[in-house]
Amino acid sequence: MTRRQRYYPVLGGGLLVVAVQVVLSATEATYYMTQITMSAYYVLVVIGLCLLMGYAGQVSLGQAGFFAIGGYTAAVLTTRNLLAYRDTPLIAWCRSLGLVVERRDLYGADILSFSPWLAFGAALLLTGLIAFLIGLPVLRLKGHYLAMATLGIGLIVYRVVLGAPLFGQADGISNVPPFRLADGVEVNGRPAFRVQNYYMAWVMVLAAMVLAVNLVHSRVGRALRSIHQNEEAAHSLGVNTYRYKLGTFILSALFAAAGGVFLTHYNGSIGPSEATVMKSVRYVAIVAVGGMANLWGALIMGVVLNFLSLRGVFGTYDDAVFGAILIAMMLFAPQGLLRRPEWRAVWSLVFRRSHG
Amino acid sequence: MGTQFVRILGVLAAGWALVFSGCKKSGEAPTAPKAPAASAIKVGAIFAVTGPAANLGGPEEKTAKMFVDKVNGAGGINGRKIELIVKDSGSKPENAISMAKQLMDEDKVLAIVGPSTSGETMAIKNICQEGKMILISCAAAEDIVNPVASYVFKTPQKDSDAVKLIYKTMKEKGISKVGVIASNDGFGTAGRAQLEKLAAEHGISVALSEAYDKQATDLTDVLTKVKGQEVQAVINWSIVPAQSLVAKNMKQIGLDVPLFQSHGFGNIKYVQAGGEAANGTIFPCGRLLIAEVLPNDHPQKALLMEYKKGYEGKYLEDASTFGGHAYDALLVLTEAIKKAGSVDREKVREAMENLKGIVGTGGVFNFSPGDHNGLALDAFEMLTVKEGKFAIAKNQP
Amino acid sequence: MNLAQIVQYGLSGITVGSVYAIVAIGFNIIYSSTGIINFAQGEFLIVGAMMAASLCGIVPLPVAIIAAVAATTLLGGLIELMFIRPVRDASVLRLIVITMGVSILMREAMLHIWDEQVRSLPYFTGTAVSTVGILGAHISPQVLWVLGVSAIIVAGLTVFFRFTLTGRAMRACADDRMAARLCGINDRWMVTLSFMLSAGIGALAGCVISPVTQTQYDMGAPLAIKGFTVAILGGLGNSLAAVAAGLVLGLLEAFMVSQLAVAYKEAVSIVILLLILVFRPSGLFARGELSALRAL
Repeated sequence: MTRRQRYYPVLGGGLLVVAVQVVLSATEATYYMTQITMSAYYVLVVIGLCLLMGYAGQVSLGQAGFFAIGGYTAAVLTTRNLLAYRDTPLIAWCRSLGLVVERRDLYGADILSFSPWLAFGAALLLTGLIAFLIGLPVLRLKGHYLAMATLGIGLIVYRVVLGAPLFGQADGISNVPPFRLADGVEVNGRPAFRVQNYYMAWVMVLAAMVLAVNLVHSRVGRALRSIHQNEEAAHSLGVNTYRYKLGTFILSALFAAAGGVFLTHYNGSIGPSEATVMKSVRYVAIVAVGGMANLWGALIMGVVLNFLSLRGVFGTYDDAVFGAILIAMMLFAPQGLLRRPEWRAVWSLVFRRSHG
Repeated sequence: MGTQFVRILGVLAAGWALVFSGCKKSGEAPTAPKAPAASAIKVGAIFAVTGPAANLGGPEEKTAKMFVDKVNGAGGINGRKIELIVKDSGSKPENAISMAKQLMDEDKVLAIVGPSTSGETMAIKNICQEGKMILISCAAAEDIVNPVASYVFKTPQKDSDAVKLIYKTMKEKGISKVGVIASNDGFGTAGRAQLEKLAAEHGISVALSEAYDKQATDLTDVLTKVKGQEVQAVINWSIVPAQSLVAKNMKQIGLDVPLFQSHGFGNIKYVQAGGEAANGTIFPCGRLLIAEVLPNDHPQKALLMEYKKGYEGKYLEDASTFGGHAYDALLVLTEAIKKAGSVDREKVREAMENLKGIVGTGGVFNFSPGDHNGLALDAFEMLTVKEGKFAIAKNQP
Repeated sequence: MNLAQIVQYGLSGITVGSVYAIVAIGFNIIYSSTGIINFAQGEFLIVGAMMAASLCGIVPLPVAIIAAVAATTLLGGLIELMFIRPVRDASVLRLIVITMGVSILMREAMLHIWDEQVRSLPYFTGTAVSTVGILGAHISPQVLWVLGVSAIIVAGLTVFFRFTLTGRAMRACADDRMAARLCGINDRWMVTLSFMLSAGIGALAGCVISPVTQTQYDMGAPLAIKGFTVAILGGLGNSLAAVAAGLVLGLLEAFMVSQLAVAYKEAVSIVILLLILVFRPSGLFARGELSALRAL
């Protein structure tokens, strides 16, 4: 596939996003954008996990943990009131650099807190570091050890955010301010900014897709696919399987953290429910049903399933739906719903990839 | 090339189509009776019907439906029926946020009742305040009404009042050294904070204050630690299942001191789960559980008996004080609508803020612009368990 | 701490520790014969207890327990037949993910069948307030039942695996599946049997702990995680080590409580899990067969 051809889906996706917005605005139904935007941020996690599961062949049961690390770091840094330290040299220096901003909260109190940009950077750094420290020893072992270690990470993160007063314990952190990306452009949940936020979320998702697509078609991507097919063979051909697995793992963690940061700013809050094992399992189920190595499938399924779940469509069977999907996919369509033989003809034409 | 492009678009469009089929579905989600379109008053509700807080949200949802059916059966308010739209958040704040926005922007309800937990309420407090949507929460955290947000109210009693009553009772019994244990959920954490904060001014010394995991299956180690401090009483602040577990474990390890519990103990099932060990537990509670033994001239008696009989008759399960919070929320809302004489949100809000003397299940409500909870210390009654039943705790030996 | 307190914490520790050990043994039985980590293991305990709790109002307690254990055993076999056997290309990871899905479905099914209320079996001897004194510490007689039943299960399994033909056949399968098949052992039936056995001992354990811990539909997952930590701590596949590891973890947690804030209790087991995975994935008692675990 030529360079240009691989971007056609991205272009197509972009056009569809615009089309949907126009339709919704015209029919006065822009409120659907709320759930679509939230789903888009969850899809960031899914894209990262898809790279890890589909291309590097590893299962992570702790993506919700990385999401929470990102979200909580952003929440803590942007809500901690530094007003008491305003005149200390360190804070004064930070202010001059724009790392610390002043604002007023809903109840009229003055707040001095870290800028969301700083928080974002810190979140990514922290997540990357943790992923590196865990991946380093564990990725040398067989696949299911990473699954267990990531399960452990997810559990630890959950326990920490549930137990520490710094993280708001069971009630989480609320009053998280919007994330100002530029003048007049900020990530927030207010109705007036709905369309703007819709586009911002999708720009990020499509940018992530471009990154992922590029990765998949690069040397790295080919190396990953060879690892997924047959790790021993790849290794014997000189592919540094360990390094590629580690890199993909860290990248997937970073995607998850980014999703966490932005959704936290959009929602204005975050709670321990974002760090549960059930959430991690949901992400795995979405990648499984979308197609392990199918980025677009994962994206579509991510949006659809999260959208339906957020609107309460599944009712009391919400968790059961994802459990059932997981089993069904593993039993009947391990390559994903969109990779069934019926679709194969379509896909092989579209993507001209050889199938394993 | 062109056909492939179209194919991709086709797949993506199919995805969006699925998404929008979900939009249609949610409009038909299980909700209350369809009221005559033009004149129905839409009221939204977010309850944790499933998930970790299901023992709160379940009774709340049932109570809400029962209340609305009753009001509609009597002709509605000023001739207009109430249409109740219930959403199940599963105790997840992100779902609560999405559903609150749905109720505000799509269904354009007059007010939102719920959510069931403090975490969810705090997540949507700002959204409702900014969106000028009346929110009447069924969750207990003091943060919900402090700082006061003009559109946000809550109906459960104050944790601090429960604590004050417990400490007062302890003083009367001559207890001064206690051990505090609480679960690590929002309710337990908030209660523990109040217990620590108010201890000194009531002359109580807290020898030990620990938080255990809400899903703990065995608390003998925590209680052994408490026993080692030689306390005169134990205060446990949690909801099920830990409440019954604490009672049993205490007796089993031989920790024979009085056990005080929180107002989360408000359901006879918890007593049954604790078996014999539950006898003698002392706890502050709304008067719903002992409605039968209230004197006939007590202002709450008639309402409580009616609610209890109605709920138990309709749903064949014991009434709990949690369902009562939802009852009070809808009661306050309907009274405000009557007082304002209109369904304009601003007028209803203002009326609600100035309601006085509203008799509810949790107590008698007196709101003011600075007090969006409306209940005081007298909303609680000190109860105990005698031979497997609730009774009013008069100076027990 | 005086002697009575030490004994009290100790008893607390070995009680929970023996429950963890039983769950871990359940993991090990299935792991040995298939290499799968069965995340639905915790649910077997709860299903057994729930069934017994529903039946004990109708039939005498022992009958209820036996019926529940039998039913859960069959359920275990059914799950294997429906969800594990049909999987052709048996990547271990895929099977693990399937068991996660099974665990979720079982939990939701229990929620809809039994709702979210807490149930418990009646105490086998005594009541909620009976207490027995040992060296100055006090425990419920039910605790002695838990310890007793756990010991019987471990002893019974040891006998089964060492002295019965079926048990030896299962061990053969665990050692080398192909060789076992060549000897005429029906390896697929052995896999089903391993699930049934795990489910059965899980249900029995669930019944015996139900009076002390109470039973709620969502208690399976936390139990599974603890049991699984213990299994790894002892070394996957090594049941006797799992017993030791379980007691170690239980005692560690109990004595942690005596020294640190109780809030950290849950973190202990997870930190141990991560440390073991990072530093000694073959488990505390393994004989250094790390090479078998390496990816390459």
